[in-house]
Formats: sequence, structure tokens, C-alpha cells
Amino acid sequence: MEFSALDLARFQFAFTISFHIIFPSFTIGLASYLMVLEGLWLATKRDVYLTLFKYWLKIFAVAFGMGVVSGIVMTYQFGTNWSVFSDKTGPVLGPLMGYEVLSAFFLEAGFLGIMLFGLTRVGPRLHFLATVMVAFGTALSGFWILSVNSWMQTPAGYAINEAGQFIPENWFEIVFNPSFPYRLVHMMLAAYLTTAFVVGAVGAWHLLKGRRSRAGGNEAARVMLSMAMWMAAIVTPVQIFAGDQHGLNTLEHQPAKIAAMEGHFEGEEGAPLILFGMPDMEAAETRYKVAIPKLGSLILTHSLDGRVPGLKDFPREDWPNAAIVFWSFRVMVGIGFAMLGIGLWSLYLRARGRLADTPIFHRAVLAMGPAGFIAVLAGWITTEVGRQPFTVYGLLRTADSMSPVDAPAVATSLVVFIVVYFIVFGIGTGYLLKSMAKTPGAGSDGPENGTPSRAAGVTPAPAYANPPRTEPAE
Amino acid sequence: MDIDLPLVWALLIATSVFLYVVLDGFDLGIGILFPTARSSTERDVMMNSIAPVWDGNETWLVLGGGGLYAVFPLAYAVLMPALYAPIMAMLFGLVFRGVVFEFRFKAPPERRWVWDISFFLGSLTAALAQGLALGAIVQGIEVEGRAYAGGWLDWLTPFSVMTAIAVVIGYALLGATWLIWKCEGPMQAHFRAKARLLGGLMLAMICIVSLWTPALDPQIAARWFTFPQILYTAPVPLMVLGLAVLLFTSLASTRDATPFLASLGLFLVTFAGLGISLYPNIVPPAITIWDAAAPDSSLLFLLVGAAVLIPMILAYSGYAYWVFRGKVRPDEGYH
Ligand code: HDD
Ligand code: HEM
Ligand code: HEM
Repeated sequence: MEFSALDLARFQFAFTISFHIIFPSFTIGLASYLMVLEGLWLATKRDVYLTLFKYWLKIFAVAFGMGVVSGIVMTYQFGTNWSVFSDKTGPVLGPLMGYEVLSAFFLEAGFLGIMLFGLTRVGPRLHFLATVMVAFGTALSGFWILSVNSWMQTPAGYAINEAGQFIPENWFEIVFNPSFPYRLVHMMLAAYLTTAFVVGAVGAWHLLKGRRSRAGGNEAARVMLSMAMWMAAIVTPVQIFAGDQHGLNTLEHQPAKIAAMEGHFEGEEGAPLILFGMPDMEAAETRYKVAIPKLGSLILTHSLDGRVPGLKDFPREDWPNAAIVFWSFRVMVGIGFAMLGIGLWSLYLRARGRLADTPIFHRAVLAMGPAGFIAVLAGWITTEVGRQPFTVYGLLRTADSMSPVDAPAVATSLVVFIVVYFIVFGIGTGYLLKSMAKTPGAGSDGPENGTPSRAAGVTPAPAYANPPRTEPAE
Repeated sequence: MDIDLPLVWALLIATSVFLYVVLDGFDLGIGILFPTARSSTERDVMMNSIAPVWDGNETWLVLGGGGLYAVFPLAYAVLMPALYAPIMAMLFGLVFRGVVFEFRFKAPPERRWVWDISFFLGSLTAALAQGLALGAIVQGIEVEGRAYAGGWLDWLTPFSVMTAIAVVIGYALLGATWLIWKCEGPMQAHFRAKARLLGGLMLAMICIVSLWTPALDPQIAARWFTFPQILYTAPVPLMVLGLAVLLFTSLASTRDATPFLASLGLFLVTFAGLGISLYPNIVPPAITIWDAAAPDSSLLFLLVGAAVLIPMILAYSGYAYWVFRGKVRPDEGYH
């Protein structure tokens, strides 16, 4: 089978961005969680918060490192493989990414060193400021990059010059383009949920382990599980609502994407909701449908016989691949409802005071640990594949965005990416899991692997000994 | 609008690239020098001397790339495909180098050597790739219309190989002099010796590059060797000479910050010399900064942010260096 340079470049982009997004989804949420933990520690002086802070800080450092190196690849990937896209969109999207670097990346990087190694040097309060700055920086970088991506979905505020470049007309409309607010909210909540389910799973795992060894409940594990389950119970319904609103926005601006997500080839009034089926692009129909009559129209138009678009309303060459987005969308939504179920279950157990000792629930939470990552990937695949065959929706085709590079060059780098990423990030994930398997507060405070240097930084023993009284060294 | 925005931005991007080169330069230099360390403790000290700041240092590279995309999109669109292989190699190198900061201390001690090697090879690869890219840009890039028109191995020439070696040596010098500043005792003496050797090699490379570059292109030669331009360009070699004297005398003395500062000075002067050779082209020989610039509204929009944010960035990055000032001692580790 022969792949064109275009296929390879698309696959390379999808591969590298999919790896990248995994880390920010976790670090955006985790940075905020660390901020909350350190804040709680400063406010209440309860040791358990400091124990948890130090525990998750080590994990954060590793995940963040992988996020950074995979992100730098992305910055250059635009130019190497998509140079025509870069030339055309640079004047509009470049400054937004420039703002991301100036306002967010430097902020994170500048304060990261202090956050990781500086507690004994600057004292707890300045250290807390550094943690806040890192958390703020991660959220801000999400803000800018999502604005960039949303503009590619729903371009606004631009004109086109004689060289065929998009040029800015109205910066406010560019940054706050029609799909941006929805995408920002939905993605930020996704990051929080992803993190909450990881934290919850780690808590649940240690509770299960403690039970088996009869060591009894570890306080840190109980606190983790409880905090995570509040997030699950409160944020999941909001996320489902936000997702629904996002879908309505997409219906307005990218109806072909909605048609593909819903598996509708024929536009119709009073459309059913297709739960499952096999969209067949060749035959232009969805086979083996399991559908609920009229519900599709009800959800999308809030009326029983509103009109819902079908792919046949659009020229054949503008269809996205319905088979992929139909399924990726269902995976995401399915996970959303599973998260809702966990959240409700946790409320019920909490009301009966049994949150910390219901092993079957802990097993369920443990199984849901990776769910956020899968939902995030599925959601992005829906978004991005649904935007095809355009890079800038309706205006610039993916096929016209490519660099003048040859297939062998792209193929070689793609193979290296695959090998390097699986090795490096595979090992990194192994280290993360190993850190998560350590019991919080037990033994993890000593020097790690006989490296006093490192332990003094990450595990600030002196500050731990007399936390409240250490004054900031100003 | 009276200000020449493309020129302002060319200076800003050049500044960002320069800051990247010297800041990540000493980080990469430490990676390149990693095999010369004599014990695992020395390697710990070397890593710990940069662990809190490397991420910030590397961010200047992101600003260089992102900034180019924003303000000179045409240059970005031509250079990236032209430099495809070196850029990819640099990215892979940076991946390996970057993860080591966290992975090395997480690995079981008996497997730490894997990360020591990847720190060295990652740093070396990134430095070589940057040097190759530099050489390829200086020697000129083939363009047709708005796109790169050369082959995918055009960047590989004797000249670019030589610049790649020069960059590796330069980074190693920065790394060695940084370590003289950050450590003491036998370890400091060890890197003083290394820095003397590297300083000599660096001066030799500066001479070779300075003679070879004008030979590539008569226009560049004219800029350096004809009257009256020579009045502006003559100070460059004189400054190199002065800084070389400073470097070697301070290496022979007990001063520990001066060798690093003198090496920074050498980089600054050679970087300025490069600017003299290339200006006003951003993609030699044909695309100038004005050809490549995005419309003024893009440049202005980002300039407002840059004017506010860059001073803040310099302030808090400086603060981070200040927090971690002083010697890195193996016994107390990270202090
Ligand atoms: C934890 C993660 C998570 C969960 C539980 C959900 N989503 Fe989601 N979804 C995302 C994470 C995500 C995402 C990864 O963040 C996406 C990709 C791009 C974006 O903006 O958000 C996304 C995209 C996305 C889109 C595509 C919009 C477009 O491309 O134009 C729609 C319509 C929804 N979501 C709707 C939902 C609904 C109705 C959910 C209810 C269960 C839901 N999502 C749960
Ligand atoms: C927010 C920043 C993002 C930007 C600016 C962006 C930009 C792009 C661009 C330029 C392409 C063109 C290549 C192509 O169409 O094949 C693309 C495709 C793609 N992206 Fe994104 N992307 C972003 C985020 C993501 C994320 C987070 C993911 C997911 C996990 C993702 C998944 C994909 C996939 C799967 C494709 C290939 C689509 C196809 O070929 O059908 N993207 N994106
Ligand atoms: C094509 C699109 C993208 C590009 C070009 C890109 C670029 C980068 C770069 C260069 C870094 C490293 C910054 C540093 O040196 O500190 C980074 C990290 C980061 N990116 Fe991306 N990114 C993209 C997509 C995304 C998306 C879709 C999100 C989330 C919504 C995101 C959120 C982050 C965050 C939070 C970080 C901080 C590091 C971390 O948390 O792991 N990025 N990105």
C-alpha cells in the first residue's frame, strides 16, 4: 500500500497531537489540584494536605516534563509539514500562539523551578504564589491554544489578501470566535474531570490495598477519594450540559460535522436519535441502526419535528468521515454518562457515610481512572476529523495546506516519532504509575533512590518539620 | 505608522534566538560535557545546576519558532521544510534531553546510565542540528514563489558541517564556564581545564567561520572588507580579541563568574557579526524581513503584548535565577 505525503503528514499530526494532549489534560487539572492542596495546607495546617501536595507534585513534575517536550514538537510541526497552512494563517493565528508563549509558557516555566525545588528557599507563602502562577499558566495556555483551534473551526474577523493569506480585521472577533467559549469551557472541565478520575482511582487503589493488608484506611487516600468524588459529582453534570451546548453551537456553524456525528445521511424533520449503527460512507447510509424516533430532533432543535441536517445536504467532497466521528462521539458521551453514574453513586455512599469502605465502589472508581484520557482523545478526534476535509473550515482544504516535502521524509520522521514516543512516554508512564503505587506519606518522604540532592528539593524536609513558622525569605 | 514594525520584530526575534542560544546553550553544553564527569555525584551536580531553569531557557526556542510563525509567516513556511531533517533531529534530541531531568531520578540506580547516555546524545544531537540549520541558512536557501524549492538534503554541505561543529564547541564552552561558576573544588578545576581547551577551539572556529562566510557570497564580503563599511565592521574582530584575552586570563585566575560572562560576550559579538552578514535578509539570499512580514496589524497586536510581557518575563526569570543562586554542593544537594 502506498501512502501519499499528505496521508503521512496527517497521520503524523494526529499522532503527535494525540500524545501531546494527554499530558496537558492531566497537568491543567493537576496544577489546580496542587494549588488547592497547598492552599488548604496553608489555611488549615493539616499535615495530610502537605503529604498529598508532595505526593502529587512528583507526579506532576514527570507529566509536565512530558507535556513540554511533546509541545515543542507541535510548534515546529506546523512549519515542517503544513507550511502552506502556516504561510496563510500566520498573520491571524501566529499572534495568538505568540501570546500563548509570552503569557503562559514563560509563566509556567519561570515558576516551575521554584514550585518543584524552592520550598525551603523561598518559604511557604512565596512558594504558594509560584504554585498559583504555574496553575494559572497552564489554564492560560489552554485559553490561547483553544482560541487558535476554534478559529480553525469557526473562522471570524478576517479578510484575505492578494497573496492568499488570512489577515486580521478584528482581533476581538478572532480570539472570541463563535465556537471558542464553548470549546474553552468544555475542555477545561474535561481537564478537571480527567485529573479527578486519576486522583480518585489512586485513592481507591490505596484504600483497596490498605484493606487487603489490614493496615486500615490511610487518611491521605480517603481525602483523595473524597475530593475527587466531589468533582465527579458536581462537574460531570455541568460537563454534560456544556457538551450539549457545544453541540448546538456546532449545529449552527458546522452542520456537516453534526450530521456525521449523528450518522444522518438524509436530512429530515422529526429525526430519530441513532444510538448505534454502522455509517457506511460508500453506500451513504447508516446500517444496523438502533434508533429512538424523534429524539434526535428533540435534542438538537428542542422540538419534536425540527429539521436535522444530513450529509446529503452537502457536496460529497465536503463530507467528513462519518464512521470515525460517529463512534468517537459515542465513546466520549458514553464515558460522560459513566462518570455521571460514579458521581451519583458517590453521593449516595457519602450520604450513608460509606464512601471510604465500599470495595466494589473503589473497584469501579479504579477502573474509571483512565476514562478521562479516553474521553478527551475521543472528543478531539470528533472535533478534528469532523472538521475535515478542511484545516480552516470551509476556506482552506487540508490537501492544500501541505508543505512541499516528499513522502519519504515524512515517513521517516513519522516512524521515528512512533518509536521514540512509545519508548520515552511509555517509560514515563511507567514511572508515573510507580509513583502512584507508593502509599502517600509512607516512606515517600525519604531520599529517593539515594539522591539526597533531589529529595531536598521535591521533599522539603526542613519545611515539613516546622511548616507554619517558616517565614518567606524576602 | 512611522515605526518600521518588521525591523522592530526582526530585532525582537533575533534577541529571542540569542537568549535561547546562550541560555539553552549552557544547558546543552552541560549535556555535551556529561561524559567527562568523573563520578555519579558530579553528574548529579551538573544536572542540579540547571534543573530549576532549563524549562524557562528552552521556552525562548518556542518564542523564536512561534514568533517567526506570527510575524514572518513566509520565512517560517520556507525555512521549516528546507530544514526538515535538522529540525526533526533537534526535536528528537530535545525530547530525550528534556525528559531526563525527571526520569533520571525516578529510574532505579542500576539503570540510571540509560538516562545519562540519552542526556548526552540528546544534547549533542540538538546542538549539531541547530548548527546545521544555522549553516544552511547562512549559505542560502532556494525559493520559488512562496515556497521552498530545493531538495531535502540541501542543508548538508561542508560549510554546514563546520558550523555544526562550531556550535557544539561553543555550547560546551558555555557549559564548562557555567559549571566553573556553579561548583567548587576539584570539580571546578576539572572544568577550568576543559574550558581552556574549548576556549582555544572556539577561537579557531570563529576564525574559520569568519573567513569562510564572506567567501560564500561576494555581497557579504563587500560588507566586511570595503571602505567605509569596514569602519563599522572592524570593531567586531577587535572585540573578539579582547574577550578572548579576558576569557583566558580569568580562566587562569580564581575568578569564577568571569569566564562565563566572557563566553557570553563572545557569543554576543559573533551573533552580531552574523547579523551584519545577513541583514536585511531573513531567508538568504532572496527574502527580506519586509517581504516575509505579516501585515502591520498582526505585528502591532503582538508587539503590544510583547512590550508589556517581555519585561515581566525577564523580571521573574531573573528572580528564579536569583532564588537558585550560589554554588551547587553535592552534600546539601539542591542549594
Ligand atoms: C472528560 C472529557 C469529556 C467528557 C466526559 C465529554 N466531553 Fe465532549 N469533548 C471533550 C471532552 C469530554 C474534549 C476533548 O474536550 C472536546 C474535544 C474538543 C473540545 O472542545 O472538547 C470535546 C468535544 C465535544 C463536541 C464536539 C464539538 C465540535 O467539535 O464542534 C461535542 C458536541 C461534545 N464534546 C459533547 C459532549 C457531550 C454531549 C458529552 C456528554 C456526555 C461530552 N461531550 C462529554
Ligand atoms: C488546539 C490545538 C490544535 C490545533 C491548532 C490543531 C490543528 C490541526 C491541523 C492543522 C490539522 C491538519 C492535519 C489534518 O487535517 O489532517 C489537524 C488534524 C488533526 N488533529 Fe488537530 N489540532 C489541535 C488539537 C488537536 C487535539 C488535541 C487532537 C487530539 C487528540 C487533535 C487531533 C487531530 C486529528 C486526529 C487530526 C487528523 C484529522 C484527519 O486527518 O482526518 N487535534 N489538527
Ligand atoms: C497544535 C497545537 C499545540 C501546540 C503548537 C502546542 C504547543 C505547546 C508547547 C510548545 C508546549 C511547551 C511549553 C513550554 O516550553 O513550557 C506546550 C505545553 C502545553 N500545552 Fe500545548 N500545544 C498544542 C496543543 C495544546 C492543547 C490542545 C492544549 C490544551 C487545551 C495544550 C495545553 C498545553 C499546556 C497546559 C502545556 C503546559 C505543559 C503541560 O501541561 O504538559 N496544548 N504546548
